[in-house]
Amino acid sequence: MAASVRPLLERMIFRPSAGAVSVSVADGWRPSPRCYATASCRSFSGGAAEKSTHFGFETVPESEKAKKVYTVFENVAHKYDVMNDAMSLGIHRLWKDALLRAAHPQPGARLLDVAGGTGDIAFRFLEYVGSQKGRWAGRSSWWQDICQKDPGNREEGEEGPTRDSRVVVCDINKEMLKVGRRKARRTGLADGVLWVAGDAEELPFDDAQFDIYTIAFGLRNVTHVELALREALRVLKPGGRFMCLEFSRVTDPVLARLYDAYSFQVIPLLGEVIAGDWKSYRYLVESIRRFPAQEALKELLEDAGFCRVGYRNMSGGVVSLHSGFKL
Amino acid sequence: MFPRVARPLPRLGNRHSTVIANACVKRRSKLTDSRYHEELYPGHIPTSPIQKALLAVGSGIAALQDPYRHDMVAVLGETTGHLALLNLRDRMRNDPEGYRILTERPKIRLSTLDLEKMASLPEGSFGREYIRFLEDNHVTPDSRAHVKFVDNEELSYVMQRYREVHDLLHTLLGMPTNMLGEVAVKWFEAAQTGLPMCALGALLGPLRLNARSLQSLVTSLGPWAVRNGLQARCVLCVFYERRWEQSLDDLRRELNIQPPP
Repeated sequence: MAASVRPLLERMIFRPSAGAVSVSVADGWRPSPRCYATASCRSFSGGAAEKSTHFGFETVPESEKAKKVYTVFENVAHKYDVMNDAMSLGIHRLWKDALLRAAHPQPGARLLDVAGGTGDIAFRFLEYVGSQKGRWAGRSSWWQDICQKDPGNREEGEEGPTRDSRVVVCDINKEMLKVGRRKARRTGLADGVLWVAGDAEELPFDDAQFDIYTIAFGLRNVTHVELALREALRVLKPGGRFMCLEFSRVTDPVLARLYDAYSFQVIPLLGEVIAGDWKSYRYLVESIRRFPAQEALKELLEDAGFCRVGYRNMSGGVVSLHSGFKL
Repeated sequence: MFPRVARPLPRLGNRHSTVIANACVKRRSKLTDSRYHEELYPGHIPTSPIQKALLAVGSGIAALQDPYRHDMVAVLGETTGHLALLNLRDRMRNDPEGYRILTERPKIRLSTLDLEKMASLPEGSFGREYIRFLEDNHVTPDSRAHVKFVDNEELSYVMQRYREVHDLLHTLLGMPTNMLGEVAVKWFEAAQTGLPMCALGALLGPLRLNARSLQSLVTSLGPWAVRNGLQARCVLCVFYERRWEQSLDDLRRELNIQPPP
């Protein structure tokens, strides 16, 4: 298709007044001035002016991917947590705990959890910080004196180590946020969390606002990963840390085959029985295969401007925790 | 680190596309590529025998836990009904009207029905009684789940037709859509079609009935439903769309169905 479309497209680009021509290209294609100028189209179907990208194993126009991903998560939102437990046999809780332990947030830290719809990371952050506060309070009084007297530590209206931590959960999908808010009310953690609907590629926050930026199992659903990374760099304070928990490549070949079989044979089935949605969960396992591997993601992070980028595999590479700093 | 940030955009784009292209070079084997087998009809999801077995068990449990999960009942029917569907398809092929249905593939949808015309038909006609049934029970023919797990295009149509005819059966048998009525229709369908899902529904449905309904089922409705199921003509072999004007009693006589007790 690409070969036959290219000469047709070239004719249209250079003769925009050629009249109505029926072209079977990706939806949304418009001959615009941008097309004349853009030489470096990140195109996967060579020759088409409309950039296309992957949606699982399908190829779709970039403009459609965001919509399709939105629909997937709208459909699965209410059974998201149940399905996570069923698919990972509860192990996802351990991965998320490991993320918090690696981040080791201190009281007063501000966390931005992107694509954090149902609030798993946010609630863990608040509990972690709460337990840290307990430890700080138990320390000897001279330590507390230092912290309180040091003017650099104090901001207006706050007191030393007991200042409150805040977490902002940002998700593009309103259904997921609704589920998260309901959970917050149920567990009584509603106070420390701000729920914001926003796009990871264009965050609705000012520069240098957050100490920690986390994105757990959300980066592979973003259409332009590098834009999300640049936004992450922007909203982090200098010294801030970026942490990404994401499915990655399994290193051991035997485990890899078992994992593949489980992913493609069992997970969509669980999706059908528990959530009534086979295709959304097939998309989920396919999107894992299309996402860059550990080293490739590390390079992307370095390109975006993060320093001291490293990663840690968990569960044999099923999941990988990437970390980088803004310095 | 700051020179890194200041890199020009095209370099970033090239690096990114290389990275993504590398990620796209993946092993597509039969095991991992769930789209390996082509879709035989819109909405078809190819599954292996093991997957079908797991689906049957899973959907059965889910349907038992929550009887309002109609999609799970549908999946149970599709994954367990292969032999019964073959039998039904053969019966349709051997019947002249059934054969016409298999070739013309009519669908009972709101878009294909002329509701006004049917409502204006005389009382006692099949079409009028069907409309009355839809109104009284607040149901619509469009709420049927689509077939997903049947790996044969013709059999998937037979399954879909069976689902669409279910409401018409309520009208023919004069059964409402409450629990007792549904169980009675399931007994009829189990006797007629032999679908394991119907048999399971017939066996387990009565567990949710109260004592009075249960007694009514066991003493009069149940035996009547089974008797009629066995002796009636194949209900899938009737071109209902061409018989709206026919009187309900006449249609019952033709199908060898006695009116409900």
